[in-house]
Amino acid sequence: MFNFICKRVLYAIPVILIIATVTFFLIRLAPGDPLSDEKVVPSEIRVNLEAHYGFDNPLWLQYLHYMRNLFQGDLGPSFKYTGWTVNELIGQSFLVSLELGLLSLIIAVLLGTISGTIAAVNKNSSLDYFPMSIAMVGICMPTFVMGPLLILFFGLYLGWFNPLGWELWSDRILPALTLGIYYAAYIARLTRSGMLEILSSDYIRTARAKGLPEWRVVLVHGIKTGLLPVVAFIGPASAGLISGSFVVETIFQVPGLGRFFIMAAFNRDYTMVLGTVLFYAILIILLNLIVDIIQVIINPRLKYE
Amino acid sequence: MPRFYPIIINSLLLVTLSLSIAGCGIRETNVERGNREQILYIGNGTEPEGLDPHIVTGVTEHNIISALFEGLVSEDPIDLHPVPGMAKNWEVFEDGKRYIFYLREDAIWSNGDAVTAYDFVYSYERILSPALAAEYAYMLYAMENARAFNAREITDFSAVGAKALDDKKLEIRLERPIPYFLELQSHYSWWPVHPPTIEKFGGMTERGTHWTRPENIVSNGPFNLTDWMINQRIKVRKNLHYWDAEKVKLNGINFLPIDSRDTEERAFRVGYIHLTQTIPLHRVDYYRNERPDSSRFDTYLGTYCYLFNVNTPPLDDIRVRKALSLSLNREEITQYVTRAGEQSAYHFTPPDTGGYNARARIDYDSEKARDLLAEAGYPNGEGFPEIELLYNTSESHRTLAEAIQQIWKKELNIEIKLLNQEWKVFLNSLHSKNYQIGRFGWIGDYNDPNTFLDLWVTDGGNNRTGWSNPEYDNLISLASKTFAKEERFNYFQDAEEILLEELPVMPIYFYMRSLLIQPSVRGWYPNILDHHPYKYVYLDSDN
Repeated sequence: MFNFICKRVLYAIPVILIIATVTFFLIRLAPGDPLSDEKVVPSEIRVNLEAHYGFDNPLWLQYLHYMRNLFQGDLGPSFKYTGWTVNELIGQSFLVSLELGLLSLIIAVLLGTISGTIAAVNKNSSLDYFPMSIAMVGICMPTFVMGPLLILFFGLYLGWFNPLGWELWSDRILPALTLGIYYAAYIARLTRSGMLEILSSDYIRTARAKGLPEWRVVLVHGIKTGLLPVVAFIGPASAGLISGSFVVETIFQVPGLGRFFIMAAFNRDYTMVLGTVLFYAILIILLNLIVDIIQVIINPRLKYE
Repeated sequence: MPRFYPIIINSLLLVTLSLSIAGCGIRETNVERGNREQILYIGNGTEPEGLDPHIVTGVTEHNIISALFEGLVSEDPIDLHPVPGMAKNWEVFEDGKRYIFYLREDAIWSNGDAVTAYDFVYSYERILSPALAAEYAYMLYAMENARAFNAREITDFSAVGAKALDDKKLEIRLERPIPYFLELQSHYSWWPVHPPTIEKFGGMTERGTHWTRPENIVSNGPFNLTDWMINQRIKVRKNLHYWDAEKVKLNGINFLPIDSRDTEERAFRVGYIHLTQTIPLHRVDYYRNERPDSSRFDTYLGTYCYLFNVNTPPLDDIRVRKALSLSLNREEITQYVTRAGEQSAYHFTPPDTGGYNARARIDYDSEKARDLLAEAGYPNGEGFPEIELLYNTSESHRTLAEAIQQIWKKELNIEIKLLNQEWKVFLNSLHSKNYQIGRFGWIGDYNDPNTFLDLWVTDGGNNRTGWSNPEYDNLISLASKTFAKEERFNYFQDAEEILLEELPVMPIYFYMRSLLIQPSVRGWYPNILDHHPYKYVYLDSDN
């Protein structure tokens, strides 16, 4: 397993370097720059600004400069938020996104696997149709509809929660639900199909023939393999969840990473774009690695190679 | 499979339980707590770019920085006329070319140091240093040799017109007399920073250091920065060292960066904030009719308009530009399209800008518009080439562009193609004159017609129309050399007349500041710059 991890980490390094290089040049190709604004500054001030940020150097020199800092773990200053470095911005907002992401992941996994298993065990009955129809609604309803609906009901009508903010523990519930329900719907459908396949397999029949109680058959023997598709899905899904959601963060005014990810591109905040893209890339590589390890652990048919 | 029911029932119970715990007890809202503790909660639009008065450039930043710092001169809360700030009084010499400011003895920084004339000189040197690359350095160009120093033409700062005569006596010499010089002082680019703090964190010309963090910052305004969580909150609390602390009634202000208009409106509705930055368009009618006590609609110092690229046919023909402008019924546009109570713009400079009201007007006259278009060679729009109207991607710009597209089709029988671009691409297109008709908005830098009219001089940095008129340039230059108000305004009147005659730009409406305000907020007066000195603001807890 140690060799497996080392190998994957070594593979990841060139991938990250390529992503950094491509992103660096792609963002420079986009029209406009971080310094342009509706009010044009006098040309002498423009010269000062370009000199300050090194934009008067040739692009390859700027690239080398960036890569040198990157190797030292320095993502540079943000162009938009003067006074903050990209490291600080990502550090501060990632903690928020992580918290929100983990909460929604818990909601998604609990809700999804439970309702999916119930549906699979009660195939073609009302206990199957009902949760699956709800899941379909959950998939179809985008977060920008779900969020305001939850706010309207729990925030404005019942007054139980603040409709925005990230100050109290209760402020976490509505955004986590909004994000969680969406992923729960996917997980429910994946669980159902995974479980259906497994429950009709030979070793389950053997288990039943041995006279095991049904709950042991489902929860001990069935679920372990039945949830494999879910585990594969959770990897990228959790990367998406914990790196923040632009929509949910905007609706609930959550100070997470998702908004930086999007707004940096609009602002042509070069360093911030690179920083968030690299951070997201590393996150995905890392989570995929973890998922692969978990899959080997729960699926005896797989081996590290 | 009844064995699974307990799982569902348990989880449902758990959810209900946690929800009911959250619902227990009637919680005090921010507004109620704020009213009790004199803490103002402001929805501040978006996260500020920073809090360094010499680096930042926006209104969001102004809202916070004006709580933390104070310039030589401050503003009256009602009509914004200059009142003593850090300077207790001042003298004007040589017909307005030389000022001496006498700083008050009790002007001190939040760490107890005295605010001296040397601090001001240091601050001017800082913002004008080319190495700091301050965007608003040009706000100080009025000062003698300030532009030359900023453009690296001279390197000796002592040649620049700012001198500390002693600890409390500051002399400022100007290139030429500027009638609105004292009003300029209300702009944060002129405000002082604390030299030892700046030096401690990287020195005078270092950009983006940590000196503006709550644990480091030393300021001289009515409030101190106490908390700053990015994209979450900025808290300022009363500065007991402030010279006029007795007059400051608020104990603090919490600025919440709420990007989404809808989120902000919901926050207002549940008493989460006292003030919003705006009102979502679809709620304007409701608040105007049902909650007039909590909504405000004030004229703002800005003009929304369309630019014509005068180098591209058919827009190189004045008659075409005039026809396009004359065919717009601006009353209908503001009433049925923009709908937030904006004022129709029949000239470029907003009404009562520094006391100036433009005489020239461009009215609605569809008959004349059609005649002019025929004269230009397109009777009833025949043969008129398809032209493009460019705007940056946004719901409100699109709505207006579509309306105008239809109006021109109906009135002049011409086809306009709509093209939207993402913000930075759009700026790039405008700047490289790669457009035919382009959306443009201009917010005045200070309350004087000059900030609107000197835009259109030949090759002006913000004149992206390619329009040039020597007579116009001359009038603006004459106005800049004149101190007498009436004579100066006459030059502006003539200039504006030329502008509306040749129409490189088509004004559509004047901006409106619409906001929601809790009835408990007092001392928040409407004014054209939307400045609200916080030291006069307080909360009426009986409300």
